[in-house]
Amino acid sequence: MDDIKYDKNIDYGTPNSASSKLVTLTVDDRQVTVAEGVSIMHAAAVAGVMVPKLCATDSLEPFGSCRLCLVEIEGRRGYPASCTTPVAEGLKVHTQTSKLADIRRGTMELYISDHPLDCLTCATNGDCELQDMAGAVGLREVRYGYDGENHLKAEKDESNPYFTFDPSKCIVCSRCVRACEETQGTFALTISGRGFESKVSAGIADFMDSECVSCGACVQACPTATLIEKTVIEAGTPEHSVTTTCAYCGVGCSFDAEMKGEEVVRMTPSKHGGANHGHSCVKGRFAWGYATHQDRITTPMIRKSIKDPWQQVSWDEAINYAASELTRINKTYGKDAIGGITSSRCTNEEVYVTQKLIRAVFGVNNVDTCARVCHSPTGYGLKQTLGESAGTQTFDSVMESDVIFVIGANPTDGHPVFASQMKRRLREGAKLIIADPREIDLVANSPHIRADYHLKLRPGTNVALISALSHVIVTEGLVKEDFVKARCEWDSFVEWRDFVAKPENSPEALSDELGIDAQTIREAARLYATGGNAAIYYGLGVTEHSQGSTTVMGIANLAMATGNVGREGVGVNPLRGQNNVQGSCDMGSMPHEFPGYRHVSDDATRALFEAAWGRPLSKEPGMRIPNMLDFATEGSFKGLYCVGEDIVQSDPNTQHVTHALEQMECVIVQDLFLNETAMFAHVFFPGASFLEKNGTFTNAERRISPVRRVMAPKNGMEDWQVTAKLSEALGYPMRYNHASEIMDEIAALTPTFKGVSFKKLDELGSVQWPCDDENPAGTPIMHIDAFVRGKGKFFITQYVPTSEKVNAKYPLILTTGRILSQYNVGAQTRRTKNVAWHAEDVLEIHPHDAEERGIKEGDWVGIKSRAGETVLRAKITERVQAGVVYTTFHHPESGANVITTENSDWATNCPEFKVTAVQVTRVNQLSDWQKHYKTFSEAQLAYAGRDLEAAKIEI
Amino acid sequence: MDIQRLISMANQIGDFYESYPNQSHAEQDIAGHLNKFWALPMRQQIAKYVETQQGEGLHARVKSAIKTHLQL
Repeated sequence: MDDIKYDKNIDYGTPNSASSKLVTLTVDDRQVTVAEGVSIMHAAAVAGVMVPKLCATDSLEPFGSCRLCLVEIEGRRGYPASCTTPVAEGLKVHTQTSKLADIRRGTMELYISDHPLDCLTCATNGDCELQDMAGAVGLREVRYGYDGENHLKAEKDESNPYFTFDPSKCIVCSRCVRACEETQGTFALTISGRGFESKVSAGIADFMDSECVSCGACVQACPTATLIEKTVIEAGTPEHSVTTTCAYCGVGCSFDAEMKGEEVVRMTPSKHGGANHGHSCVKGRFAWGYATHQDRITTPMIRKSIKDPWQQVSWDEAINYAASELTRINKTYGKDAIGGITSSRCTNEEVYVTQKLIRAVFGVNNVDTCARVCHSPTGYGLKQTLGESAGTQTFDSVMESDVIFVIGANPTDGHPVFASQMKRRLREGAKLIIADPREIDLVANSPHIRADYHLKLRPGTNVALISALSHVIVTEGLVKEDFVKARCEWDSFVEWRDFVAKPENSPEALSDELGIDAQTIREAARLYATGGNAAIYYGLGVTEHSQGSTTVMGIANLAMATGNVGREGVGVNPLRGQNNVQGSCDMGSMPHEFPGYRHVSDDATRALFEAAWGRPLSKEPGMRIPNMLDFATEGSFKGLYCVGEDIVQSDPNTQHVTHALEQMECVIVQDLFLNETAMFAHVFFPGASFLEKNGTFTNAERRISPVRRVMAPKNGMEDWQVTAKLSEALGYPMRYNHASEIMDEIAALTPTFKGVSFKKLDELGSVQWPCDDENPAGTPIMHIDAFVRGKGKFFITQYVPTSEKVNAKYPLILTTGRILSQYNVGAQTRRTKNVAWHAEDVLEIHPHDAEERGIKEGDWVGIKSRAGETVLRAKITERVQAGVVYTTFHHPESGANVITTENSDWATNCPEFKVTAVQVTRVNQLSDWQKHYKTFSEAQLAYAGRDLEAAKIEI
Repeated sequence: MDIQRLISMANQIGDFYESYPNQSHAEQDIAGHLNKFWALPMRQQIAKYVETQQGEGLHARVKSAIKTHLQL
């Protein structure tokens, strides 16, 4: 309610209500107006009256078990619990009477009679709701003594690497159990036993043995020291807090960095975070220790050749050396010999200054970003069809969806906090269609959720599936023609309709190719088209294919044809892999576009940037990452400035990438660690972690959120400052005093960012672009009355089978994905205790394929493709279908990309990571590549002065 | 760049437009895609290949698109 003032620092005890109807009541003689449906406890808090409570917190539904929040209501009998009693017009409530005081003291006395009295040495001393309530109710004595039976000697569970569970301090309020259910949706915790025997229980043995995913929701909800972060036990309670944005996935959760001076004590999810609403996952909540890991390099280094040891030098020396090398290369080989690569781990401001440097200093557009290998087809496909290279919705929109269609995404692992919200909607009854070659957790492995249809297609057949679904929608008369006529280019629709209606696009014709029963496809299509608000969520299982862009366009076709665009609950939702994939693309890091997706050949746009930057700019599209590597292999591309990206580990055909880097004369890597690419570098600029700099990230729902500096950069400079210094040494000074000034420049030059400023982000918390004069608070849902391109455009999406074919030599298809606890190349998460969940990448193989090859669980297996060979341990599982094997790519020594090929998307060159033909055999030694990797990496780490024993590569 | 790689990439673009009923529009779109997304050295190389090697290995529509609409 707009007119009811809420304070983000207050716990209102129970959730707010979405009702627009208002109710006025009196609480302790204070009149208060609240939304119908809230509890008396909530209304009291709005009135400024804090009713004592233990089992209630406003992130959870009321439970009514602690009996502290009892109130008296005039005209009603008894002492109802204020958390479970809804407000009603005209109620007169009293929260403090002598009778209530007696009851509360008695209740507290019982709680405390079975609670250790170690407050002074307890880790939550000063931050404990039980302690607060004992004070609030005036508890002065415990008459029962401690001689009777109690739980004070209950054993502590310290199995989780990040938090402890101390049952002796538990008051069995069930907040943790409810958080696990309602907030996270994992249902790992329960109350076992009855009466005195009641206790919180996770699994049979301990937390690590349970289904717990270590999201931290239970720790957040616990009112005592029962569940508490180990860092708080070690460091004590924090003394100040700064709100910032997580540096992991594309959900972009808002966190409060709780600090002691410049030391992070814990990261807690911000209750008012627009993307996460107070929830978190194991990465953002706990896995931030990498920022202070001993592997961090904080001193700049240079060397002439990658066969030389590194020399530690001053910043000036490193910057000047890099600038002189780039200048030499420019003079010797020409401007097309130089390029830059940014990462989705960079802030918007860092990406902006890097592309500005390459474009303005060298007069070329050879700048690319890691979206090249993940969501570049999204940018292309959605721009073509809808007119904007971005998702159409907010995350919250899913709560209005009736049908959720997940294609090539694994939200519970890749986007866990959004997955929790999606699961909540699914538990409320939304229907679920999943298209995935593998049985992801949402199919049937999430409590109280079961996919209505799992379209277990063969890898590489996405477009055929989209065609078959479209065929059903068109031929069964399920198109929303009114919407199409009003909102889309009719001619393009007719072309598309006639194409998909062809018999060769029917489910029956494509059934064998897809490996899915035709009737199932028909039913799924009908559900999507007629089930109410239908929303598509997709990920890299869509984009990382030779027809990635085609599938994205096909998805947009489906949404337009069924009228599922332009309102809450529907839309096309790309789940972006990294935190700033959207932002890095927005910021002009693609070689053909300036910030705001404007093509470099557009004279007016170029003139705008030329005027602002004071340098002539090229109208020619620059090189993409694979082009840079190909030209390097040939010897014409010689200098690379690589900021925050690890192309050796994350790009396909590792040996091709490393060979290309070996041909270059100056590779500059800016990173926290000596990553795989840095091993081929000549200049190393140490980077700053997200805790050490100011800037912004833009998440998958176009939400721009602030990243705030909570400690001084350990390397001495924020990353944008390093780029600005390099630029200055190259003769093009960038005069910014603060990251906010970079955003001011972006806003001045980019229409969709016109209204964005750090000041606005401070005021609003976050804002979704487009943010301009018309939409000063941003745009949560796009394309409401018209598409950004005017009329939506349909594209014919012909299925073209990949050229990566299976045959007798390579009979299996390898597809890749990621796991909850690790993040992409693992540079961050491998340097945290998250390795407790995933210490190595393994190869999932179907029992039938394993048996045929004599492979047993845990065997070493060689995986050989046309590109290379690596060795992993086998995990035998029916989650993958026969003929398909699967692995993750979080550990460099696994060499997952040694086997992936350079096949790529036709429109964007996004690699076809999801389809590689392989053979799998039992082996008893590492692959040649792995042996070489071990020797080479150990030598490189020694060159950087790392402790040899610590640097030893374990495979 | 390796010409075979350029041929294969260009043919992939051609494949996308294969089902488009209007041949002339499709050719414009194929070349438009190359003009918009391929760096100049890559466009020059494929154009030279079409000119000197008759574009062997390129699909007919792609070859025609390059001949008619490629900007250099």
